[in-house]
Amino acid sequence: MSSASGPRTGSEPGRRGGPLKKLADFFDDRTGYRAFVHEALYERVPGGARWRYVWGSTLVFAFITQVITGLVLWSSYSASAQTAWESVYYIQHEMAGGWLVRGLHHVMAQAMVVLLALHLMQVVIDGAYRAPREVNFWLGLILMKLVLGMALTGYLLPWDQKGYWATRVATNLAGLVPMIGPSLQQLVVGGPDYGHHTLTRFFALHAGFLPGTLIGFLVIHLILFRKHGLCAKQPLKKPDSMFWPDQVLKDVVAMLAVLAVVMGVILLPAVRAMVEGRPIVPGELGAELGAPADPSQPYAAARPEWYFLFLFQFLKVFEGWGANGEFLGAIVVPGAVLGMMFLMPLIGRWNLGHRFNVLFTFAILVGAGLLTGIALQEDYAALWADREAYADAEQLIEETQNDPEKIATALGNDETRLAEFQAKAHELEAIRRSEAFLSAVQQAEFDAHRAVELAGRPERIPPGGALELIRNDPLSQGPRLFAQHCASCHAHVDPTLEEAPAMLAASSAANLYGFGSAEWARGLLDPEAVVGPAYFGNTAHADGDMVSYVTDDMTDADTWSDEQIEAVVLALAAEAAVVSDESADVEGVDADRLEQGRALLADEERCGSCHHAGENETEIGYAPDLAGWGNREWLIGIISDPNHERFYPETNDRMPSFGVAEEGGVPALSAAEVGLLADWLRGDWYRGE
Amino acid sequence: MAKLVAMVGGGLATLTPVAAGVWMSLDPLRRKSAAATFLPIADVSSVPDDGMPRQFPVIADRTDAWTGFAAEPIGAVYLRREAGSDTVQAFTATCPHAGCFIELDQRDRCFRCPCHNSSFTLDGGIVSPSPSPRAMDTLECEVRDGRVSVKWENFYSGIEAKEARP
Ligand code: FES
Repeated sequence: MSSASGPRTGSEPGRRGGPLKKLADFFDDRTGYRAFVHEALYERVPGGARWRYVWGSTLVFAFITQVITGLVLWSSYSASAQTAWESVYYIQHEMAGGWLVRGLHHVMAQAMVVLLALHLMQVVIDGAYRAPREVNFWLGLILMKLVLGMALTGYLLPWDQKGYWATRVATNLAGLVPMIGPSLQQLVVGGPDYGHHTLTRFFALHAGFLPGTLIGFLVIHLILFRKHGLCAKQPLKKPDSMFWPDQVLKDVVAMLAVLAVVMGVILLPAVRAMVEGRPIVPGELGAELGAPADPSQPYAAARPEWYFLFLFQFLKVFEGWGANGEFLGAIVVPGAVLGMMFLMPLIGRWNLGHRFNVLFTFAILVGAGLLTGIALQEDYAALWADREAYADAEQLIEETQNDPEKIATALGNDETRLAEFQAKAHELEAIRRSEAFLSAVQQAEFDAHRAVELAGRPERIPPGGALELIRNDPLSQGPRLFAQHCASCHAHVDPTLEEAPAMLAASSAANLYGFGSAEWARGLLDPEAVVGPAYFGNTAHADGDMVSYVTDDMTDADTWSDEQIEAVVLALAAEAAVVSDESADVEGVDADRLEQGRALLADEERCGSCHHAGENETEIGYAPDLAGWGNREWLIGIISDPNHERFYPETNDRMPSFGVAEEGGVPALSAAEVGLLADWLRGDWYRGE
Repeated sequence: MAKLVAMVGGGLATLTPVAAGVWMSLDPLRRKSAAATFLPIADVSSVPDDGMPRQFPVIADRTDAWTGFAAEPIGAVYLRREAGSDTVQAFTATCPHAGCFIELDQRDRCFRCPCHNSSFTLDGGIVSPSPSPRAMDTLECEVRDGRVSVKWENFYSGIEAKEARP
């Protein structure tokens, strides 16, 4: 296969030249490397170099990039449930150039999938799978499977929510294989549960078994490729040329183009930040890192990597078929497609067969493309949907609580209107699903960002892992706990927002946004606000003594001057000392006014006639204790047990005692959870720079 | 010409991931150990005043890459008082030869390193011949209100001069 037309560079007798040449001669004499290099480079390319032959080379280049970046990542990665996310965080956000290496590895992996598709297409179109190249085609298909396997296993390694949930789905699908499924799954997962051994096994697969096998097959693939020579596309348009430098030059240009695209994807956000005048944060470039994997948190944003999205969507076709359907969609059909591809060299023996193969490959790629498109459209539909157009349908559903009979009556039992409504309701449902997905993505982004912020604290990550940070973070847990336990009665909404009035009207208890702040206390003592839905308006306290005191006594300027009321407001805010409230900063407040406010609070002719406050003698039990009003301990107390004599022993309006266990039971909220809620309400959480 | 372009281009393509990899691999050089600080070790009364050293753990907060450990044993020191003296002497347990953990030989009344058998007198002096190039490394020591604090430092090993690591 070597050709005589290439310039010989081998050793000749009577050698001369510098020391470098002598050294080269020394090695050539003992290894014959020149002949080897010559053979490698001076391969004849029938019909001249062409762009269509570059894909194989770009794939080799991509693989080499993956090996280099992968080895470097390996040297800083730690595969365990308590350190995987943490080490990847460290690589991405703290190590010099870590973002670039990880970005290259991540984006090049995706480029590789694209290049695989292009390489496959070129081979099929050119009929390069036909005799004598069948075996090499099969090797190529095996290589493709190996690359996809590496993509799948690599997705889990950062141990973030995204990878964790995607892998759960993938491994559960493996469990569908008949007979051996459950054992297979358990083997892959490394036990009955996901954890350390899932990571160590996936890592061994990703960085050891799969690439090792891949290198083996790749070598044979390349040797066979050389053995058979390039499968030239007929008709030959130009005279033959040499692999070096003609084809290599084209290959190199293609490699550089691939690299440029990959670097572009990595650096694009930096360019965007620069244009928008935002600072560039290297940790945010390249591959993203979600929040640490948490089996106890729902993750509605779970999706596989985009190149597996078509499979994900394809599975939906079999929805409602039960486990058999999933088995069919996840294993049988893809298996059949792959089997079909293995048969291509045989089918391709006939001329018609070759056409079929080309068509089949196109159909698969177009089908996958379409499925990907549908999947994206379903997820992002809400972005371009005209929500207004569905307002009437939405209202009708709400009013009738989706009772078909009531809907029919409301539409006057008109068939066409009913059909129209049903079509709309159907679309509305899709939009709502998309909205749920988008908000889940937003939540995921928030969580990811927060996790990174917490991991960057000077105290660093506790030995138990970053998940501990998040589980003990009021900002992360507060809203979830509030939504779960408090939001059915209480609102938590900035009253200046546009949507606030509607949300407040729907709530049956006070708005806890900014509770304990001067602003909140000011509203409490405002005769209009206190009867509104943000305070006692929707509660049994609406006709209580507090409301009547604020609306009657406190509106009398002779007993309560504005200045006095403001002093009380300051005194209350000082009791609470809410972190997020600057006016509660006692140092910043005029000491005399604070003193005045405290005296008014304790004054047994005023607030103190009902409330215990300061040093006054008023007994607790009739009205909430104002000593320490709104501070952490006070809030923990009222959330745990509002019926306690310090709060509302007689007049509690429906609020459950979250921290008190019923006989033989456990409380609705643990002490730690109550603490998290209190801290969140008080705005007491770690803030990065 | 085509050959040159192909070589330069190919080199550029491969060197990009290599360069990124080298950049990341050099990260450890940017890391500094925690600044040497005085750490409380023990009460003076718990240091025997008969010239016999006693081993104490050094407890401090420690950062290991991404993990923060609170109040963890990070090393050991020997504290010693001459008979009847209030002055406390402190030695790090790290051998100046190659960094092994020096043990106290109670029977022979000396320090001994198990790795290459360097021996040291009870006041840290070198016993020749010795693989260790210098005496045991002393640590700055402070006694306040009956509590002993020690300035915790690491030194380069294998050389004659006692030089603190930055
Ligand atoms: S390390 Fe102690 S004698 Fe060598």
